[in-house]
Amino acid sequence: MTSIEPKSTAPKPSLWARAQLGSIEQLHIRLESLIVLFVLGATMAILSPFFLSVSNFMNILLATSTIGVLAIAATFVLSSGGLDLSLGSVLGLSGVVGAAVAVKLGAPTPIAVAACIGAGAAAGFVNGLIITRAFVPAFIVTLGMLGIARGLALVLSDGRVIYGLPQTMVYLGQGRPFGIPMPVIIFIATAIVTHILLAYTRYGRHTLAIGDNENAARTAGINVEWHRLSLYTLSGALAGLAGLLFATRINSGDPTAGITYELTAITAAIIGGTNLFGGRGSILGTMIGALIMGVLQNGLNLLAVQSYYQQMAIGSVLVLAVFIDQWQVRKESRV
Amino acid sequence: MSLLEIEGVSKSFGPVNVLHGVDLTVDRGEVVGLVGDNGAGKSTLMKLVTGMYTADAGAISLDGTPILGLPPGERRRMGIEMIYQDLALARQQDVAANIFLGREPTRSILGMRFVDRAAMKRDAQAMIDRLGARLPAINRPVGSFSGGQQQSVAIARALTFEPKIVIMDEPTAALAVREVQGVLDLIRQLKADGIGVILISHRLNDVLSVTDRIVVLNHGRAAANLTTTNTDMAEVVSAIVGGGDMAEAAAHEARG
Ligand SMILES: Nc1ncnc2c1ncn2[C@@H]1O[C@H](COP(=O)(O)OP(=O)(O)OP(=O)(O)O)[C@@H](O)[C@H]1O
Ligand SMILES: [Mg+2]
Repeated sequence: MTSIEPKSTAPKPSLWARAQLGSIEQLHIRLESLIVLFVLGATMAILSPFFLSVSNFMNILLATSTIGVLAIAATFVLSSGGLDLSLGSVLGLSGVVGAAVAVKLGAPTPIAVAACIGAGAAAGFVNGLIITRAFVPAFIVTLGMLGIARGLALVLSDGRVIYGLPQTMVYLGQGRPFGIPMPVIIFIATAIVTHILLAYTRYGRHTLAIGDNENAARTAGINVEWHRLSLYTLSGALAGLAGLLFATRINSGDPTAGITYELTAITAAIIGGTNLFGGRGSILGTMIGALIMGVLQNGLNLLAVQSYYQQMAIGSVLVLAVFIDQWQVRKESRV
Repeated sequence: MSLLEIEGVSKSFGPVNVLHGVDLTVDRGEVVGLVGDNGAGKSTLMKLVTGMYTADAGAISLDGTPILGLPPGERRRMGIEMIYQDLALARQQDVAANIFLGREPTRSILGMRFVDRAAMKRDAQAMIDRLGARLPAINRPVGSFSGGQQQSVAIARALTFEPKIVIMDEPTAALAVREVQGVLDLIRQLKADGIGVILISHRLNDVLSVTDRIVVLNHGRAAANLTTTNTDMAEVVSAIVGGGDMAEAAAHEARG
């Protein structure tokens, strides 16, 4: 180390300032999203007598688990400055592949599960390969994959739902060890692992740095192309896992599963504090975002609002969330 | 054998030839000024050294090891650090994350490696203190800092990992007078520690006061290689603007 003389010590931030910065930042959660979740929950509780019950709470978690896993995928890609619009289609494709391998080929459950997640990872790998090697924008590549994966799901299944998954596989979607639905357990386990990955490993730090300033990451010696490729593959694999949860929950591989799910997933990630343009994102925040989407959908269901209107609600929430985010950024940078 | 040897390096961006066979050497503990007009190719030449661009022709070696085939991360590990003109900071990340970007210290828990944030924060604070930089708070996103404060972070990043050679591309552009003196003192300190320094700056007074040698780049060619004690402002300026007899004479002088 160079022996540079100490000259002056920067003033330490006050204890209060440190405590303030530390508490929320350490948890990687935005206070606003917690407030929204609370207000939304309170509203639903007032509007519907069925909302506040243990069984409904489990329903919300169950409905949130598939979307939640997709939202985790969206968080990784968005916070790296990328975009994956193919999440919903890859979910559908993976479910069909998993079901086909299990039912049509009669493969044992572990192989069908691996095929399901592997199909998603493969689709994500192709996305990443084209984005990083052929320099086609992620928006276009994943939009193309949205069409390709959906088409492939329909081709592989002949446009028909594949029924009759083996019992061990169905357990993953319908089992209830200790009364907790398996998808909820898998979702929470996935969230914990990916939270640690994003917040506490070099891989996660580099993901945020690439999304923040790709050039800075490159000058720091990070292999940006390889990293992006791995992120899209991870995103695909998580979509495959979501496809597994979906298929095993409904006990079939449905080629139309997950249509417009990317909308909900990206919305959940952004409500959770992920920066649409990269550089910021946390899995805990995304879990809150996914819960907000789950509560919203559950509440609208309880209030017997048609699903068409629910789509409109989710779309509006996405635009509103980004609007508020941008409005805050502009407010902060105003002189 | 010099610390850094650049030989006959050329680079073009498509049809635009930016560098035409440039030679440059830096010894241990030597401070070399690299000056020239806007667009002369200074930043491009340095990015060939760090590996951000790939050279079309020529050779570059550090301590005798050819480095042109190596990726940027590998070259950094060998001891080549650069403070980029555009600073290259991750604006939403804090000071420690920027200083340690790409080299985060880890500690092992159950066989897995996790970023050691406490160590990062501690060492980052120590480095900032050593530089005498004044930052509002070390755990704030650096994008909220002033230009000079951001420059301090960029400098801290370059000095934290025992570099052999430090390339500074306009390190004082955003700094107040007091901070400029700080950077010049820092360069002298690096020299005393045996570290090679390349200083790119348009502030010729600073360059004349702190360097041992001045290389002038003119339209992608090394137009002059001047020993600082034997030259003056007039000669440097004339080499930068090019064409004048003095520039020719200076180049001959350097070769002979
Ligand atoms: N990535 C690039 N693509 C195309 N042309 C480039 C690129 N980078 C630099 N150039 C061109 O190369 C030439 C040299 O640029 P460079 O940045 O090396 O100049 P410089 O000497 O550092 O100038 P300044 O003093 O303004 O920083 C310029 O004409 C510039 O337009
Ligand atoms: Mg330059």
